Amino acid sequence: MKSSVITFPGSNCDRDMDVALKKFGFNNKMVWHDDNELPKSDLVVLPGGFSYGDYLRCGSMASKSRIMQSVINFAKSGGLVMGICNGFQILVETGLVPGVLLRNKYLEFICKNVFVKLDNKENTYFKNLNKNILEFHIAHNEGNYFCTKDQLKEIKDNNQIAIYYCNSEGKIEDQYNPNGSIKNIAGIFNKEKNVLGMMPHPERMIDESLSGEDGSIFFKNLINNIK
Amino acid sequence: MKVSAIITLKKDVLDPQGKVIHQALDGMGFENINEIRQGKYFEIDVNENDPNKAKAVVEDMCKKLLANLVIENFKIIETQ
Repeated sequence: MKSSVITFPGSNCDRDMDVALKKFGFNNKMVWHDDNELPKSDLVVLPGGFSYGDYLRCGSMASKSRIMQSVINFAKSGGLVMGICNGFQILVETGLVPGVLLRNKYLEFICKNVFVKLDNKENTYFKNLNKNILEFHIAHNEGNYFCTKDQLKEIKDNNQIAIYYCNSEGKIEDQYNPNGSIKNIAGIFNKEKNVLGMMPHPERMIDESLSGEDGSIFFKNLINNIK
Repeated sequence: MKVSAIITLKKDVLDPQGKVIHQALDGMGFENINEIRQGKYFEIDVNENDPNKAKAVVEDMCKKLLANLVIENFKIIETQ
């Protein structure tokens, strides 16, 4: 299985993602933002970080970089594209997934472990996963998911909400919402469910002794689903 | 010619920065503020002499990059 991780100026989770993908069997290539062509890939990842120093709006400059036209074409032809953290911000700026990510409600940079609940498993990312609640890490300043009322209705009607912030029992309540996101939304799909954007970092949860193993569960399952 | 663009958050979008600035000013004694909303201002020197054409170019820039129309509105002002 072939994957590509795009590195933008200011990306800083690209190598972590590379380590995670390789650990679970992906043949991963790093791709520079200024390249024109994507290598042949089964999965493209837009990693976390601070692309272009978060100038203008987070992800806005990266969404217009040269490689992104190929990524957008790949996504539109049904290819799997996953954006994590800053990658999610880039995805919303391309319009591949609806909504935007505003500054966190209490204006703090948040760096901690959170629990997320999967909303639906009828997609390549979560199909066959044997857990419904996963512990991931978040580290962001702009993760406050926002969309218009009409968009919210549309993403609900199309089952596009991928994961919600919750507690360890899976309760989705205001007190477990770290950043003020509408309806505790931590990640969403496009209509076709081949594009996933989420704030939490599964690549930071791939070592039993350092972090936790919920990222390992996620990546192992993902590669099996793609095979 | 020079054209300016002002980007503001839409009415329904929460502006925590504006709120904090409001609170700070309130604490400094500016007590007669109803609300503060923070925005962005761009000065763009367009290589174009026709004001309508220059404004049309900046409008296109606002739609494609400078503003995110999900949360922001823009206003274009001819400055010179």
